[in-house]
Amino acid sequence: MTTVRTLATVAEAVSERGHVLGGGTLLMREVNYRPETVTEILRITDASLKEIRIEMSRITLGAGVTMAAVAARAELAALAPSARSVGGPAIRNMATVGGNLFAPHPYGDFAAALLALDARVHWAGGREEEIESFLAGRDRASGLVTAVSFVPPARGGFRFRKVSRTKPKGVSLMSIAANLTLSGSRVERARIAFGAMGPTPLRAKAAETALEGKTLDEAGIARALTVATDGLAPPDDALASSWYRDRVAPVHLSRLLLERS
Amino acid sequence: MAQTPVRFTLNGRETGLFVEEAANLLDVLRRGAGDISPKYGCGQGTCGACTVLIDGAPHLGCLTLAATVEGREVRTTGGMADGPGLTALQTAFMEGFAAQCGFCTPGMLMAAKALLDRNPQPTRDEVIEAISGNLCRCTGYEPIVDAILAASGQRGAA
Repeated sequence: MTTVRTLATVAEAVSERGHVLGGGTLLMREVNYRPETVTEILRITDASLKEIRIEMSRITLGAGVTMAAVAARAELAALAPSARSVGGPAIRNMATVGGNLFAPHPYGDFAAALLALDARVHWAGGREEEIESFLAGRDRASGLVTAVSFVPPARGGFRFRKVSRTKPKGVSLMSIAANLTLSGSRVERARIAFGAMGPTPLRAKAAETALEGKTLDEAGIARALTVATDGLAPPDDALASSWYRDRVAPVHLSRLLLERS
Repeated sequence: MAQTPVRFTLNGRETGLFVEEAANLLDVLRRGAGDISPKYGCGQGTCGACTVLIDGAPHLGCLTLAATVEGREVRTTGGMADGPGLTALQTAFMEGFAAQCGFCTPGMLMAAKALLDRNPQPTRDEVIEAISGNLCRCTGYEPIVDAILAASGQRGAA
């Protein structure tokens, strides 16, 4: 274990050795079950990783901010359902924003919410990357994610639901986040992201396009539902088959889009 | 493997131990500090049997890198009762048959304590949410939820 106290000295340590400790909910499981795969744990104690910065035009969450901290902030109420969808209370006191960005299937419900928000991922050293490109390359990435930032969603425009077999806590069959810009009941711009419907959270771009310009009612969303899973790659796992995920996704998307905000 | 020192407060008592660098807190509590009240269930964050309070908030001992509790306050079920007398929460569990095999009980008690310390009069839904990270394969949860409500003075509350 190496403790790195400031971000200024972190870049070298990250690139040479491997495993950054966030909340531990994924890394310590590896340590417990496959200790040979974790040769070095990097613990970064720089306080900036825990910062939540709320500005009018942009919200920035440090990579070390926990799900519980997100859920507790009144200004982040729109994101609270997605933060609360992660684990139980103890997990949420530990699990971090940064960790969720790297969480493999079926985890990563919060990352799906960030994807629908078109979040930007901030790397140590100052580089920024759109979350979609980050997710596509995350398994090959090297470096330290220090924060994510996004434009606050319009009031009532952000919706999230997680589908699981047990409640209130269960692993995702899928999660869906929608960030809608509405003009009356007409959708001007849509971002729809699915968690647990591919190796990483993925956008449902065909559904987004089909939704734009339409009204948020049964007829208006019909086309979007028929193409809801275009471009997704729902996996088979112990929770559900790919076939099942593919069939029920439009049902859950419909419920999400038609819920009253 | 290299050893590293860690000092923390365990149930109000100053504790200092040398631990393996990658050791988890649960292992350090059970084998290092001799407090076997938190249980090893799954080792992967599914069951909650290892739930302990760190600075008053529930955490999973098996997924907490022991070195990260340096300077912090750790509480376990082992430190709940003062001598032979049980706390109201423990008594409610006993009287309400909220423990059968007992393996989940220490985690349930810590999750419940974390809730009641912060919210002394929780609703039934809040209780269910508070223990949602703790699996019990015996009771079907209802006696546990009832016991936590009873301990909060809301016996039979809906």
